[in-house]
Amino acid sequence: MASMKEHKESLDFVYDFYVKMKRNKINLAYEGEITHQITKAFTSLTETNMVREEDASSVQKKVFHVMVECLQNISKHSESTPNTSAKDGRGIFMVSKGDTEYNVTTGNIIKNENVDKLRGILENINKLDKDGLNKLYKQQMREGHISDRGGAGLGFIDIARKTGEKLLFSFLKIDSVNSFFVLTSTISRIKE
Amino acid sequence: MQVIKIQGSDDTPTVTLDKENNIFEISGRSLPEDVVAFYQPILDWLTEYASDPLDKTVFNFKLEYFNTASSKLLLDVLLKLEDLKNDGHDVLVRWYYPDDDEDMLDAGTEYADIVDVDFEHVPYTVD
Repeated sequence: MASMKEHKESLDFVYDFYVKMKRNKINLAYEGEITHQITKAFTSLTETNMVREEDASSVQKKVFHVMVECLQNISKHSESTPNTSAKDGRGIFMVSKGDTEYNVTTGNIIKNENVDKLRGILENINKLDKDGLNKLYKQQMREGHISDRGGAGLGFIDIARKTGEKLLFSFLKIDSVNSFFVLTSTISRIKE
Repeated sequence: MQVIKIQGSDDTPTVTLDKENNIFEISGRSLPEDVVAFYQPILDWLTEYASDPLDKTVFNFKLEYFNTASSKLLLDVLLKLEDLKNDGHDVLVRWYYPDDDEDMLDAGTEYADIVDVDFEHVPYTVD
């Protein structure tokens, strides 16, 4: 049985976590394996909430779309930590809702050796305007192949062109092998 | 020729490929767990169909949503239709989109740009 002290610490942690979530307007946070079932559950939960909040259907579709692509990115590209043998990648997934926008944030572990390549891909996407993104998407769709992990290399490009916002990303070096990759996508709640 | 009839779900589209009754349609949502496994039988069917197709093939796409991995496989389906056209057969793609969904219209326009097949973009009202 947990001691009183441990119990108090746990209570503090839960309350602190609760306050932080409220303050940052996070209405969904998850850490763990991202399976197909999880992807379906989160998107359907968010859809239900958005219908209740009466967001425009175009906004709902964009949020749905961004969530699916972000979740699939983790499930396909995240490196499993050494103590898991799961085939699905794991990571952290958050959705926050402000007055004017939704933010979808993912965090997952990637190998240091892959950081430069990923950074290059994302920087290139952020340099492009809508026409450039459309061109890149078409090119990638025609020339790309579905990878062993089931990705088409189109997710980031499509998030950028559908949201019309730059991708916010950063890499935090954890140790000599791994880095933590954080990506935030913003979807405006204000209908164009 | 064998008929393909797949009942859709919350992550897979409804598919009907029926040469006898002249129905070629993919509709609903597409974000299958294994996108290649889902679309391969459809692509194989179209390859077989191309050996003895109808004079005119009208293929309906009536999708509410598809993920980027599906977009690649939908292009592969459309490229099969382009092959059909290049073999001298009549092909028309009817691309249905919800009338309030600009992204779905854009997706149709984008495919029409890439693939050399006649497209009709058809708005419809949801509910």
